[in-house]
Amino acid sequence: MLHIPCPYCGPRDETEFHYGSEAHVAYPENSANLTDEEWAKFVFIRSNPKGWMAERWVHSAGCRRWFNVWRNTINHEFGPSYKPFTQQPKSPA
Amino acid sequence: MSTVNFTFDGKQYAGEKGESLASALLRNGVLHFTDSSYKDRPRGVMGLWVEETNALVNVDSGAGEPLKPATTIELVEGLVVRSAQGVGDLPDTRDNSRYDKANRHVDVLVVGAGTAGLAAAKKFSDQGKSVIVMDDKPTAGGHLVYLGQPVPAELLAVLDRENVTYLPRTTVQGLYDQGYSVATERRTDHLDANVHTEMSRIRTWHIRAEHTVLATGAFQRHLVFANNDRPGIMLSHAAATYVSNGVSLFKSAVVVTVDNQGYRDAIRLHNAGVQVSAVVDIRKKVSKSSKKSSRKAIEKLGIRLIKGATVIDTQANLDGLLSSVTIVDPKSDLRETIKTDLLAVSGGWTPVVHLATFIGIKPTWSEKRAAFIVKHNDSLTSTTGMLAGDFGEDDEAETFFGPKLSSEQALVAFVDFQRDATYRDFKRAIDAGMRSIEHVKRYTAIGTAHDQGKTSGTVTMGLIGQAIGKAPDEIGSLTFRPPYISIPFAALAGRDRGLLSDPERTTPIHAWHVASGAPMEDVGQWKRPWYFPKAGETMHAAVLRECAAVREGVGVMDASTLGKIDIQGKDSGEFLDLIYTNMFSTLKVGMSRYGLMCGIDGMVFDDGVTTRISENHWLMTTTTGGAAKVLDWLEEWLQTEWPHLEVYCTSVTEQISTVAIVGPKSRELMKRLAPSLDVSNESFAFMENKHAEVAGVPARIARISFSGELAYEINVPAIYGLHIWESVMSQGADLNITPYGTETMHVLRAEKGFVIVGQETDGTQTPDDLDMNWIVSKKKDDFIGKRSFSRADTARDGRHQLVGILADDGSYVIPEGAYIVAGSDAATPPPVKHIGYITSSYESAALGRSFALALVANGLARKGEKIAIPMADRVVTGVITDSVFVDKENTRRDG
Repeated sequence: MLHIPCPYCGPRDETEFHYGSEAHVAYPENSANLTDEEWAKFVFIRSNPKGWMAERWVHSAGCRRWFNVWRNTINHEFGPSYKPFTQQPKSPA
Repeated sequence: MSTVNFTFDGKQYAGEKGESLASALLRNGVLHFTDSSYKDRPRGVMGLWVEETNALVNVDSGAGEPLKPATTIELVEGLVVRSAQGVGDLPDTRDNSRYDKANRHVDVLVVGAGTAGLAAAKKFSDQGKSVIVMDDKPTAGGHLVYLGQPVPAELLAVLDRENVTYLPRTTVQGLYDQGYSVATERRTDHLDANVHTEMSRIRTWHIRAEHTVLATGAFQRHLVFANNDRPGIMLSHAAATYVSNGVSLFKSAVVVTVDNQGYRDAIRLHNAGVQVSAVVDIRKKVSKSSKKSSRKAIEKLGIRLIKGATVIDTQANLDGLLSSVTIVDPKSDLRETIKTDLLAVSGGWTPVVHLATFIGIKPTWSEKRAAFIVKHNDSLTSTTGMLAGDFGEDDEAETFFGPKLSSEQALVAFVDFQRDATYRDFKRAIDAGMRSIEHVKRYTAIGTAHDQGKTSGTVTMGLIGQAIGKAPDEIGSLTFRPPYISIPFAALAGRDRGLLSDPERTTPIHAWHVASGAPMEDVGQWKRPWYFPKAGETMHAAVLRECAAVREGVGVMDASTLGKIDIQGKDSGEFLDLIYTNMFSTLKVGMSRYGLMCGIDGMVFDDGVTTRISENHWLMTTTTGGAAKVLDWLEEWLQTEWPHLEVYCTSVTEQISTVAIVGPKSRELMKRLAPSLDVSNESFAFMENKHAEVAGVPARIARISFSGELAYEINVPAIYGLHIWESVMSQGADLNITPYGTETMHVLRAEKGFVIVGQETDGTQTPDDLDMNWIVSKKKDDFIGKRSFSRADTARDGRHQLVGILADDGSYVIPEGAYIVAGSDAATPPPVKHIGYITSSYESAALGRSFALALVANGLARKGEKIAIPMADRVVTGVITDSVFVDKENTRRDG
């Protein structure tokens, strides 16, 4: 079970959280003007890296806050977590 | 030590309390324990601990447990076991033992209390860290205990320190991410043969450690030669230990070895009075230090040493027990048969790499040790002792897994004893081109028995290497999965059994439902009444009666389980416009509106009615199962995309009770319940909300209908839920008020063509697909999912669309999930292209026949077309219809 550092509550067990996919994929402001391809890229395509990745999680069974956190997809190591709309810490890589 | 009596296969024996069952049976002269799973070959004890592959028993006394290695059972008075021939069976009686869980955060977890583990515990304890030492054996000291040697006192003393917790008989079953591990502690089986209801039999530990030290030690492994499985053939460390502890079965022994361990065990056997006829060493040459120590010692005792040779075959007496061994030198003509009743095999050490591989650490092959070892040290995990390759001074194993065998010999040379998998099975896998242990495993079943390849895994890797001329680490790596040894499910469940196995959510009216005899349906964690049968009534009859009552009189339903989210803040209207496909910001105060939510992919995600309580205060309802998911979803958008919106969401599902009275006579009943309320259609219209006193309690009443009938939903603080329900029942008695459950609700809504998200949808339906284009706003600039509606795939022809289906035979209820083919294909033999499937199917009281909802390709344009549904025993024919079966004009909702 992952031990996830909630920036509001501190490290907690994975069962308290829900996953929210890749962080920093903003909802396009002008969705109507996007081509099918551009829109599909937003809806379906994520970077899925091998290694460090900034992800979104929500502390559902805790403070109910969404936040971002660095996680290494190879060994599940967590880097720093941070609140939305704050400066993103550098990748631990 | 005290003498205890135990029963094995119906026969009484005596042994010493606390010794292993295997040891006790051997001391009683039992060598032939059981027969092998598939080939009925006689088998005896091979090992010392959980690596045992042969001597499995079913325990009948106490709590009972199937397929336990006899080597791991501590003898107690009254123990009753049966030998197991590869198949376990559970006792018929219920296990009344208590099981429990414990959680612990700790600085350092040390797995294994051998000398390496104890030394690690001392090191971290000295640094002031809190330490837990978990060891699966009854006593600390690892191999020293088997050797009968004292464990250094300064190491043992560590276990008594204040910052050290020592848990014997505790098996770390799994190691996971971020220092999380799960262990099982056996607490009562070694005390006596009773069922313990006060103290837990097994305690499951959940440990989160800052650092985990793996000091898991090693098992000895066997060699693959012909007839290597007879009773009388044992791992040398096990044989020497049993003999030293008083097993007097063996008069003579031959030791075959690839390392110096065989020498040490030969000496122990000799010292215990066994005539060691020969030590057969596969190694021609050994280093000077070995010459000085091990070989010298053997020669001093006058034991014959045969260098560069190995055992290739064995023979048995009439009882199937070992009688002699055949020795060959692969590089010369030497071939000799020696009479012996014990063959002690030292095939090298196999460190217990399991826990390391659970978290993705790859073992590496050490040529020097002829073993997969794990040298690892990072902030979370480190290894020590034999696991890390520290085998002591003079072990210099040769990488050797067995001699070259003839095809006849290969048939009886066992790689995995428990699975009866032979070298010939193995060779067939290699000849079929398999090179990976994962493939060989699946082709031969090697490593799939209860022991999960504890000893056969490395042997198989080695044999693959030997067969194709590569080192074992060039083949790949050993990968194991938790649990390390088998665990009773009861141990994992702990106290969470029966009622406590999953949280149960009940409404304030639940007790009434139960008392009325309604069977419950599970909806997520909610318990909802399914139907309310009268005495002797079947479900079928009850549901038809309930449906008819609602359509013709008045029914009442407990709708309290619907998810409810209180939404407040000045931007709530704008927010709801973005969340729902239809417009909400223009909704008048006091009005409700049905809404659909979609994901960004444009697929329907949840639905429900949302009410504007006041200008900036809304109450959203969600599906019963979707409440938590929807709340997360709302928060995600508010917190990560639109933080500028001032909106606050709070779950109030359990704060509000909802009682729906439904049917043409519901107006009369509502009038009685709330005399102050004008219930006329003119002043209380459909989708309107009114505040009034209902049965003396302040309530919000909503004209919402999920059946198409005139209906009033009475919302009160949860504490009044039961009161309202009982008032409805008493005030409606002369109207024949009929409580109804989820089944009737489903039938009624399906008759109206109302979808249930999750039944008519599976995450691939747009509002258009559900024939709900009317709910998609054309005015709003944007809302979640909007852009996806015009994607090529979402807008294409031929998508599955919601329609009705009527079988030609109205008495036949088509099974939900049934596939639909075109009517022209009714007589076509399979395979036939299907055009859709049934999502909901019921018998209708209102229609006097069966009906169904379905998703059919291009369905909306195919109404009136004939279809067929191929069932196992018949082909059902029918026709595609509109999805609304009752009251298409919505005339009934106003009564």
